[in-house]
Amino acid sequence: MKTALKTFSVVIGLMLLMPGFSGRAQVYADSSTQLDKYMVPVTTPTAAPDAQGFLGRWLLLEPISKPNRSNTVFTDSYIREAFAVQYFPGQLSNTLPKDGSKVKVTVEYQPPVNLQGGRPMGFGMAEPTYEKKTVSLQWHAMDSKMPNVKLFRFATNLTEDRYGIICWAVTVVNCEEDIPNVRLAVGSNSASMWWVNGEEAVILSGDRRRVMDDCASQRLTLKKGRNIIWGAVINGPGMSDFCCRFIDEAGKPVTNITLSTK
Amino acid sequence: MKTRNILLAGAIALFSLSAAAQVGAPYIHDPSTIMECDGKYYTFGTGGGGLISADGWVWESGAVRPGGGAAPDAIKIGDRYLVGYSSTGGGLGGGHAGRILTMWNKTLDPNSPDFAYTDPIEVAHSEMDEDCDAIDIGFLMDPNGRLFCTFGTYFGNIRMVELDPATGARKEGAKDMDVAIDCEASSMMYQDGWYYLLGTHGTCCDGANSTYNIIVGRSRSPFGPFLDNVGRDMLQGGGKMVVAATERQFGAGHFGRFIVEPGVEKMSFHWEGDLDRSGRSVLAIRPIIWKNGWPEAGEILTDGNYKILSRRRGYALELTVDFVRAQGGMRGFGRGQDQPNVVVENQKLEDVIGGWPAGNIPVRANDYMARPHQQWTIEAVPEAGGYLGGPWYKIVIQGTNRALAAVEGHELTTVPEFTGADEQLWRIEQLTDGTWRIVPKSVPGCHHPEKWCLYSVADSTPTLGKFDFNNDNAKWDIVKR
Repeated sequence: MKTALKTFSVVIGLMLLMPGFSGRAQVYADSSTQLDKYMVPVTTPTAAPDAQGFLGRWLLLEPISKPNRSNTVFTDSYIREAFAVQYFPGQLSNTLPKDGSKVKVTVEYQPPVNLQGGRPMGFGMAEPTYEKKTVSLQWHAMDSKMPNVKLFRFATNLTEDRYGIICWAVTVVNCEEDIPNVRLAVGSNSASMWWVNGEEAVILSGDRRRVMDDCASQRLTLKKGRNIIWGAVINGPGMSDFCCRFIDEAGKPVTNITLSTK
Repeated sequence: MKTRNILLAGAIALFSLSAAAQVGAPYIHDPSTIMECDGKYYTFGTGGGGLISADGWVWESGAVRPGGGAAPDAIKIGDRYLVGYSSTGGGLGGGHAGRILTMWNKTLDPNSPDFAYTDPIEVAHSEMDEDCDAIDIGFLMDPNGRLFCTFGTYFGNIRMVELDPATGARKEGAKDMDVAIDCEASSMMYQDGWYYLLGTHGTCCDGANSTYNIIVGRSRSPFGPFLDNVGRDMLQGGGKMVVAATERQFGAGHFGRFIVEPGVEKMSFHWEGDLDRSGRSVLAIRPIIWKNGWPEAGEILTDGNYKILSRRRGYALELTVDFVRAQGGMRGFGRGQDQPNVVVENQKLEDVIGGWPAGNIPVRANDYMARPHQQWTIEAVPEAGGYLGGPWYKIVIQGTNRALAAVEGHELTTVPEFTGADEQLWRIEQLTDGTWRIVPKSVPGCHHPEKWCLYSVADSTPTLGKFDFNNDNAKWDIVKR
């Protein structure tokens, strides 16, 4: 038994020394897609960022239908215009929507995707005309169980939308003191825009894959107290997703903060 | 017409000079390892005297070394400079008796009140007809604090002897060791547990017809054997090429190493003949690149059109402007396969520039798509001077005067017109791994711009960050288009 333990320890030790072995648990494939695999409703007043500084607590609005057959249209001008539209009262304000509250939004209505109909194809096809419809969308306070926030599964579990959408997210970053010279570092699928305390902080244009630290804001100060972070993600035929964290001058994650959705 | 052609050729030559070689009056033979003293750079040459530069790019005569003779070297030990030279000239008259001498000075600035050489002392010599000619000293202080010098010429052996770093004299009991044959202008350096012996092969002192070239071997011991990349001992003539002739400069000789900081190294040497300067012997400074443990001469960036790619992700530096679709879009899978091929042109500047804002435009990094907003022209700015081994450059969007500039807060932008302001000038140097660092001459509101460089804070977000050779965020590939 003692020998077996010794052998086990040596094997583990050698594994840790192997190049490329990060110590992270292996991720086994899992075909399930239910929401609680990705995120769960908020049950505590505050949450900490994860060890890498990723912000996991967000108020998420159910997706706004915005049909796009291709993500190549997401130029800076296009997404600025798309996000400048006032979709709901209090958009980008310092007062957060209430968890469970609903807003009415007029959208270009897309019928539910026929999952038996094959892959979404947008190349060379004219965008069809969509019927305008006013829909009721709900805010959900969620804690992501991953470094990223899988908006696609948020959408497919709670709504009939999945492609051609805009998702709005907002969170509060609480600081015990000013934290100067940090940057909001974002990865998103697909394009997105982010605001810190009412100021545009970072924009991710083009057909984006979700990549940690893909784009970063200029240096900014997280002020003592509440800091409001808004984000909007737009996607055509892709799996909407984002990951956000603050990094310091050395690129290290900022973790001495808490997150809340009130 | 003829005169016009000559003037034109002269102008082209001067233009190419601006980025290919030191400027000013860098005329020297057998330059000693470059020393920095009180903010200025110094190198000494054969025959006495030497060059001084305030910035490391513009050189003028003015350094002072007494004793005449040939092929000096210098090393800083503590707060003093040890200068070595040979009192003889290399046996061209037939004899090979030589004397290697060393002397100290507190400063290399001839205008300083502290400027005074100590009396030279002999540390090595050769007899009239033995297999060595004691000239061409090269110093090395190894990480253990041991001081060595090599010497010798094409006539017989290169020798090495240990010196006393406190006195600059021969270490008591030290014996000369033969370490190579038929080299000249030997020098040593230490890197990652290896001692490198550099020498110069080929013909000296014949201008553009000099075949001088710098070669290297290495050993785990300072006493050798020094083997080249295919295992040949330098005592059997082995040596791997470090720097050879270019199209316009010939006769690379007399290597010296200058470490600016980790990852930024320079080699000094002379071109025996520079065709752009009447075939004269001139000082040359090139980056040192280390490839698989071997040193090679890197490049001084030449004027041209480039893409600038981050080492972090491989994304291209570009203007933050709307992506404009180009010709050649998707034709549909499997359709039109029987149609003849036609050449589709790249997107052109005139296709898109009308949509760009008129004022400052920020920069970002993105997939390289050969688009006009990703295509940069980099050119030396001769009137701006330079730094050790390179001129200041401007970086503009090709076909425009829109220039990359540093702004307050250690961030970046592009300004519509290059004005020559310091924040629009860039120090662009090849690093020891062959990548490049790009450093602004000035950052508004910053007292030490030299510590900041073009830096990838995120895959798509360039900024200014502190240079760290061990961090790919601080490095770029500059690829000619």
